[in-house]
Amino acid sequence: MRTKFRGRVWKFGDNVDTDQIIPARYLNTSDPYELAKHVMEDSEHPEFAREHREGDIIVAGKNFGSGSSREHAPIAIKYAGVPVVVAKSFARIFFRNAINIGLPIVEAPEAVDEIEHGDEIEVDLERGVIKNLRTGKEYKATKFPRELQEILKAGGLMPYAKERLKQKARQQGKERGG
Amino acid sequence: MGMTITEKILAEHAGRKEVAPGELITARVDLAMANDVTAPLAIKILEQYGIDEVFDPEKIALVLSHFVPAKDIKSAEQAKLVRAFAKKHGIKWFFEEGEGIEHALLPERGLVVPGDLVVGADSHTCTYGALGAFATGVGSTDIAYAFATGEVWLRVPESMKFIFYGKLKPWVMGKDLILYTIGQIGVDGALYRAMEFEGETIRELSMEQRFTIANMAIEAGGKSGIIAPDEKTVEYVKERAQKPWKLYQSDPDAQYHSVYEWDASKIEPLVAWPYLPSNVKPVSESTHINIDQAFIGSCTNGRIEDLRVAAEVFKAALKQGKKVHPDVRCIVIPASKNVYKQALKEGLIDVFLEAGCVVSTSTCGPCLGGHMGVLAEGERCISTSNRNFPGRMGHPKSESYLANPAVVAASAVMGRIAHPEEVVGATRLAGV
Repeated sequence: MRTKFRGRVWKFGDNVDTDQIIPARYLNTSDPYELAKHVMEDSEHPEFAREHREGDIIVAGKNFGSGSSREHAPIAIKYAGVPVVVAKSFARIFFRNAINIGLPIVEAPEAVDEIEHGDEIEVDLERGVIKNLRTGKEYKATKFPRELQEILKAGGLMPYAKERLKQKARQQGKERGG
Repeated sequence: MGMTITEKILAEHAGRKEVAPGELITARVDLAMANDVTAPLAIKILEQYGIDEVFDPEKIALVLSHFVPAKDIKSAEQAKLVRAFAKKHGIKWFFEEGEGIEHALLPERGLVVPGDLVVGADSHTCTYGALGAFATGVGSTDIAYAFATGEVWLRVPESMKFIFYGKLKPWVMGKDLILYTIGQIGVDGALYRAMEFEGETIRELSMEQRFTIANMAIEAGGKSGIIAPDEKTVEYVKERAQKPWKLYQSDPDAQYHSVYEWDASKIEPLVAWPYLPSNVKPVSESTHINIDQAFIGSCTNGRIEDLRVAAEVFKAALKQGKKVHPDVRCIVIPASKNVYKQALKEGLIDVFLEAGCVVSTSTCGPCLGGHMGVLAEGERCISTSNRNFPGRMGHPKSESYLANPAVVAASAVMGRIAHPEEVVGATRLAGV
């Protein structure tokens, strides 16, 4: 998995909910590219889907991804080519979903306060550092617990699940054999 | 050290004696649920990873509730995919369209009991906490994982305690207590945490109203909402339960992140203004707001008691020769088929139709701007549902106001946000 990203910032406020990220009127499909076409359509930047470039980074306030459990939200962001989301905090289901599908997310309240719309930033997941290339200033990001890093490293929860099922099968085999 | 009810349930399901907040655990699930929006994604994920077996077809629930009866071809395809999966794997708890919204349906059918650990690919899964179960919303990958392994990863949440005391004012419901709570702590005030509700006011509430409270824990960012089981819980469960239950209580020396204590007798019916459920004001400060639509239903407030309360307001209006205001559409959607049947039996549906409401088969429909009452640009709706985000019920420039069913019914009659007493008069002594 890539751990270092550089991109232009789209800045959003607090409480960007999942209805803003991907409105329910588009939930009649789970095609990731179809979802990506409508990403952030009801947010403060409805032009995002049309005007963003591959590699652009979303930087947002607190409680990003609040509301619905729809995994369509982080999927829409991921397939729109956004490599990482930086926020002051994430709503919990969005947090889970992002990790589970392998979309890197970073909590960095101080960075969010000072980074501006249109800035160029660099996010280094391994070091837990965000750098604003306009000002040269570096910020610390919250690191995930080891277990969650492992899920992210495996590429998400399902590759991890396959491994776990194999283990179980081996165990059962042993029990039957013994 | 003592444990909270949440910690006890999690420890039991992780095969541990105790757990502490912050720990990451792998827990066994008693039920894993998904609906017609979230299941298709989970099914595709399972296919993508070549997983062809589910952990236990008797511990999986699939509920067609959101965009059904199909609102368009794509929704029909999604429902078709879920049906085929249910058939292929012999899923015991598959519910066809119209059976009900999952969070009304599963408790009603006894599929969730006290002490359970339930995950659902729907954010309002926290509703089941009203039964003294741990229940939390997750995404489609989590649900695919749970379908395959019967497990879920969880960070043990800290608990917050909310104590309500005092007798409720007339027309104040569980909805108002949870709106009050969210108004006090904000939409991320309980982020990642379990919200435990207790106190004499909560004990007095019916199960229906307790479900409403637990249902909206997610609107404060909560991982779960929970109400310790009492005799009312057991009464509710014993004629429904499909399995044995286990009653847990928090220890007196359990640790809490924070404890709030509020006098419920001072709370009046509340309205959450756009665009956050925390933007709460009393009805008395909202009566100048005209409305175009009123919606009574959803997993929050579509249960029989909700419909009884709404019907009481409409009955009073009819006696005065009043109906739903000519400039307003009023949509009533029972949260399950059984609620619908009961409402028919009690004559409530007649009252709604007589008053000029539209009554639909059970669906989540308008709550999430899906179908059956989508708002146009600039339109305003007062709703018994749970979210008033921008564009939640339709056009990004429409507005939703959240309130209890009595307030919504009164508003439908008056054509503007109204206190039920404006329609019924000051006849009630307390609560509902």
